[in-house]
Amino acid sequence: MIQVKGLTKYYGEHAAIHDLNFDIDRGQVIGFLGLNGAGKTTTLKILGCVLLPTAGEVTVDGIDIARDPHAVRRRIGFLPDTPPVYGEMTVGRYLKFAAELRGVSAADAPGAVAEAEEKTSTREVHDQLISSLSHGYRQRVGVAQALVHKPKLLILDEPTSGLDPVQIVEMRSTIRALRGEHTILLSSHILSEISQTCDRLLVIQRGEIVAQGSEQDLATQLGGGGTIEVEVVGPAQRAIEVVTTVTGIGACRVLRETDGSALISLEGSPDLRPKVARALVGNGIDLLRIDRGAARLESIFLKLTSKDGPQ
Amino acid sequence: MNATFLIARRELGSYFRTLTGYIIAAILLLVDGLLFNIFALGGGEKLSAEVIGQFFFYTSGLTVIASIFLSMRLLAEERQTGTLVLLTSSPVHDVEIVLGKFLSALFFLALVLAASVYMPLLVLVNGKVSAGHLLAGYLGLLLIGGASLAIGTFGSAIARTQVLAVIFSASITLAMVVCWMLSKVTERPLSDVFVALAFHGKHFPPFQSGTVHLRDVIYYLMVTYVALFSATRVLESRRWK
Repeated sequence: MIQVKGLTKYYGEHAAIHDLNFDIDRGQVIGFLGLNGAGKTTTLKILGCVLLPTAGEVTVDGIDIARDPHAVRRRIGFLPDTPPVYGEMTVGRYLKFAAELRGVSAADAPGAVAEAEEKTSTREVHDQLISSLSHGYRQRVGVAQALVHKPKLLILDEPTSGLDPVQIVEMRSTIRALRGEHTILLSSHILSEISQTCDRLLVIQRGEIVAQGSEQDLATQLGGGGTIEVEVVGPAQRAIEVVTTVTGIGACRVLRETDGSALISLEGSPDLRPKVARALVGNGIDLLRIDRGAARLESIFLKLTSKDGPQ
Repeated sequence: MNATFLIARRELGSYFRTLTGYIIAAILLLVDGLLFNIFALGGGEKLSAEVIGQFFFYTSGLTVIASIFLSMRLLAEERQTGTLVLLTSSPVHDVEIVLGKFLSALFFLALVLAASVYMPLLVLVNGKVSAGHLLAGYLGLLLIGGASLAIGTFGSAIARTQVLAVIFSASITLAMVVCWMLSKVTERPLSDVFVALAFHGKHFPPFQSGTVHLRDVIYYLMVTYVALFSATRVLESRRWK
C-alpha cells in the first residue's frame, strides 16, 4: 500500500526526518511511535500530501505522491494532530463539505456522511454546531471527515491526544472497527495505545526509524524477550526456585512480598506463561495471577529512544 | 472549478454564521451613512452629481478599509485554527483555495455595497440621479474593493495571525495610495511610475464622476490578479516549509 524510500525532510538546516525506508501492506494497522519532535508528524504530513519532501520517494497504492498528488489525496484520509473542524458549522454540513471536497458527488454525499457518522458514532450530533461539542466528539468528527470519502489509507496523527480515559477507549474501538476496511497508519506517544491497536510498530527517533516489527519482534531484537508477572501464594523464594527450572526463563525479581503472597517478575517470552503456570501448580504452589509484564512496551520504547539509541 | 465553488460557498456561509462579517458590514454602512449625511448632503446647495461623486469618494475609502478587515481571516485564521489542512490534504489546487476564498469575500462585499445604494437614491428626493453615474461608481467600488480584498488575501496567506495580516495588507495598500502623493513631489520619469501605481488618486476619480476608462478597469484587475497570483504562490511554497 505504501512504499517509502530514502524519505528526507529538511526545515532549513535541520533534518526533521532522514532517509526513512519502510513498506506498509494493505489492510494493516501500523503504529508510528516516537517522542515529541521525533519526526512523526512531518512523516505523516508528507504521506498525507500536505508537505513536500526534500528528497526520497513515496508511493501510495502505486502512485508517486510527487507526480500525482491529487490521485493520492483521493485515496487517503488525513486527521492531523488538531482536528480540522469549523466550529460554526454543524457536523452534518461539515462532513458533507469534506465529502464533496474529496470528489463525492452532491447526490452521494448524504449517504457517505451517514455512513461515516455511523462508523464514528457521531450520528446523534449530526445537527449540532461543532463548537458546542466536547473534545472527544470533535476528535471523532475529525476521524469521520478523514473516512467520509472511503479512502484506502487512513492517516491519523495522535487520534487520542487530549482525550479522557473513556474517550480513549471509545476512540480505540472506533479505530479497531475500521481495521480491514482501510489501511491505517496512526501515530502516538501513548505506548499502550500502540500495542493494543496496531499490527506493527515503526519506532522513530530523531528523524530515523530505529526499529520496526511487532511488539514481540522488537522485544526479541533488543534481546529482552519480554517479561512475565506471576503472583503466587507463599514465599517468593520457593516460587523462584521452581520457575527458573523452566527453559527460557531468565532472571527473576521480587516486585512485592507480603505475608501470604508474592509478586515476581520473570525475564522471558510471554509465550512461556503456560509452562510457568504448569511448573508452579505441579509443584504445589497456588497461582493467583499470571500475565505479561505490564511495563514491557515501555521498557522497549525507552531502550529504543534513549539518548544513545537502541542498546 | 467545483472545488472553488464549494470553498466559496462554505466561506460565504461562515461570514453569515459568525459575527465578524456582520460587524464589518454594520460599521461600514454606519460610517458611510454618517459621512454621507455630514459631508455629501450638508454644506449648502450642490449639484446632484457632486453629491453622488462625494458619496463614492467616501465609500471607496471605507470599502478599502472594510476589504482589508474582511480578508484578514481568509487564510490566516485557517492556519491559526489548523483547518487549512482539510483543504491542503484534499484533491484541490492551491489556486482553487485562493480563488474560492477571494470570491466569497467579494460576494459578501458586493452585498454590503448593495445595501448602501439607498444613499445615492436619497438624492432623488431633491435632485436627479443618472443611472450611468451610479453604475460607473459601483463598478469602481467593486473593482477597488476586489483589488483590496486580493491584497488582503495575499496578506492573509503570508501572515501567521489575522492581526499581522491586517498590518501587512494595510501597509501595502497605504504604500500604493501614497504613490499618488509621491508623484506630486517627484519628477519624471519617477513621477510617472508613481502615477501608474497610485491605488486611488489616479484610478478611482473617473468612476467617482461617472466615467469608466478601460485603463482604470485594467489597472484594478491587474492588481487583483498579481495579488491573487502571489497568494497562490505563497500557499504553494508553504508545502515546502
